[in-house]
Amino acid sequence: MSLQRFVLKRGLLTIPLLLGVTLFTFGMVHAIPGDPIDFITLFAELDAETEAEIRAQYGLDKPVYIQYIDWVLNAAQGDFGKSIVTRRPVATEILNRLPYTLLMGSMAFAIAIITAIPSGIVAAYYRNTTVDQISRVFALIGVALPNFWLGLILILVFASWLNLFPVLPPTDRGLLSQDMIIYTLLPAITIGTGSTALLMRLMRSSMVEELDKDYVRTARAKGLPERTVVQKHVLRNSLISVVTVAAIQIAFIISGSVVVEIVFSYPGIGRLLVDRVGNRDFPVIQALVLIIGVAVILANLLADVLYAYLDPRIRY
Amino acid sequence: MALLEVEDLTVRFYTEDGVVKATNNLSYRIEAGEHFGVVGESGAGKSVSSLAIMRLIEDPGVIESGEIRFKGQNLLELSAEEMRTIRGNEIAMIFQDAETALNPAYTVGEQIAEAVRHHMDLDDAAARDRAIEMLDSVGIPDAAERYSDYPHQFSGGMQQRAVIAMALSCDPDLIIADEPTTALDVTIEAQILELLEEVSETFDTAIQLITHDLGVVAEFCDRVMVMYAGHPVEIAAVDDLYYNPQHPYTVGLMSSIPRIGDTRDRLQTIPGRMPDLIENPPGCNFHPRCPYAEDVCARREPPLVNVETGDPADPINSDSQSAACLEHTGDLLEGLDYQVTVRGTDESTGDAASTDGGVSDE
Repeated sequence: MSLQRFVLKRGLLTIPLLLGVTLFTFGMVHAIPGDPIDFITLFAELDAETEAEIRAQYGLDKPVYIQYIDWVLNAAQGDFGKSIVTRRPVATEILNRLPYTLLMGSMAFAIAIITAIPSGIVAAYYRNTTVDQISRVFALIGVALPNFWLGLILILVFASWLNLFPVLPPTDRGLLSQDMIIYTLLPAITIGTGSTALLMRLMRSSMVEELDKDYVRTARAKGLPERTVVQKHVLRNSLISVVTVAAIQIAFIISGSVVVEIVFSYPGIGRLLVDRVGNRDFPVIQALVLIIGVAVILANLLADVLYAYLDPRIRY
Repeated sequence: MALLEVEDLTVRFYTEDGVVKATNNLSYRIEAGEHFGVVGESGAGKSVSSLAIMRLIEDPGVIESGEIRFKGQNLLELSAEEMRTIRGNEIAMIFQDAETALNPAYTVGEQIAEAVRHHMDLDDAAARDRAIEMLDSVGIPDAAERYSDYPHQFSGGMQQRAVIAMALSCDPDLIIADEPTTALDVTIEAQILELLEEVSETFDTAIQLITHDLGVVAEFCDRVMVMYAGHPVEIAAVDDLYYNPQHPYTVGLMSSIPRIGDTRDRLQTIPGRMPDLIENPPGCNFHPRCPYAEDVCARREPPLVNVETGDPADPINSDSQSAACLEHTGDLLEGLDYQVTVRGTDESTGDAASTDGGVSDE
């Protein structure tokens, strides 16, 4: 099977998965106790007629499965309905926030990859030396620190004491402005630290294992320079397990953003989600949970495709 | 000057449990185009000695002393970079387990071509052609198509052929084959040996064949070195070794080979096991297992001597049969008492002839 066919086959498999996610999202929100009408009307006493009118307006009068089908069909076209809280289209609200989370998430992911892979390689190549021990200590700290605590400490030290970063987001400067990117560094580091530590240790152990394999000796016996042996032969095989976990880290980064965005008052979808959960803004909650679910599925798809690309044994 | 001269090679591994004396004062030579066998049980130091030639001994192993002269040049004095121009180019290696020796993530062809590109200064297309030519010469059908196959798409025998193609790709003068057929079944083993024979004849390549299989040695080698516990115990031309073994360990190895028409119920084994290489027994390493051992064997370490003259052996300059047993220095009171029978030919040497088949001791 060629790589293209593998990708196609694996891609088709995500369809039932996506349907499952929509079903779960919809069901979950509807299983929460409390009538959305109460939140729409702010618990006002209503006569039966007005209540029926409002229900009809939000489609709440229809059977649940019809509501589900309507929701999925509309969602597929980017229409998630109107927010109960702000009465504005959900899509607009999310699109205003999503780029910020994407910026923070991609910076966090980039920080994790850029620091974890090289330091993991170095730790593996110089295993059981001081370098390795130092990286081990950092990894342990990185995994153990809770996000919200690390965030607060970073704000305290770098923003409050050292004045190197602004304390509040410069949202008026635009997403890709220098100020915004600098501001995003701290939350990105906060989210990325755990992933960095995990990926670094994984890279190290995976590489140590590969370095001991016979094909490494074969490559050396060919007279290849040590650099080629490590970069070409060992690295590719070591990355196989790292790539899978790295892609799954995308999911952790997204979920981590919920907490970190609150700590940093960051205008992303994580904070939006927490705000609206408090207000029972079902259309927004549904849409956000769906988007996060889809992101995780796509991250896994990406992991599988990269896996197949790196390891030919998978795709045949 | 021989192609390869190994003189007094001593390799030690400094492990947590103690110092492993992997090879001790190993000396031998290999002539151009010659097939030299290195025989012994697992852990006798065969593979270590071959990795030492390639300077691929890894931590905690250290080449403590000795010289490895290849075309008169001491490989141990070369810089890492100079050594890399020899590895894979002038001396190539074939490893035991072809499946693990190949990188699963790259195509077989690429793994051959990369060595060619590196050593022969060819561009991508020429290296590819050369790799296909090599695959073809080791008997891979449809070599051009198979070039892009991954190792897991090859059978075990084909993987071994691919590894041989890799070793041959830069026209080496010496191939070190470390148990190249151990992982294969007997019919494939025969094909692979035939292939090695053929390529060494075509390209006039010397081969150092490491094996524990005396049958393979008999078929393939010109001269043989038998190793025990990191020491050479006998070095001889292959005929001398088979018709007239001079060390009790060699005799023991031979009598443990099953033969067609064998009437024995059980194979003869050498009792006991090889000493661990951290604490060798005093005197002769083999004496705890030797049926002819006497008191003196536990006290004196037998030197490797010329079995005819009893003089210290000179395996680098002389072809004479040498063995490391006190019998040949005249120190044994009872002597070695075994007979060698050769079946299927009229030729027989040794102390006496018997009709019993194989090597037997009485």
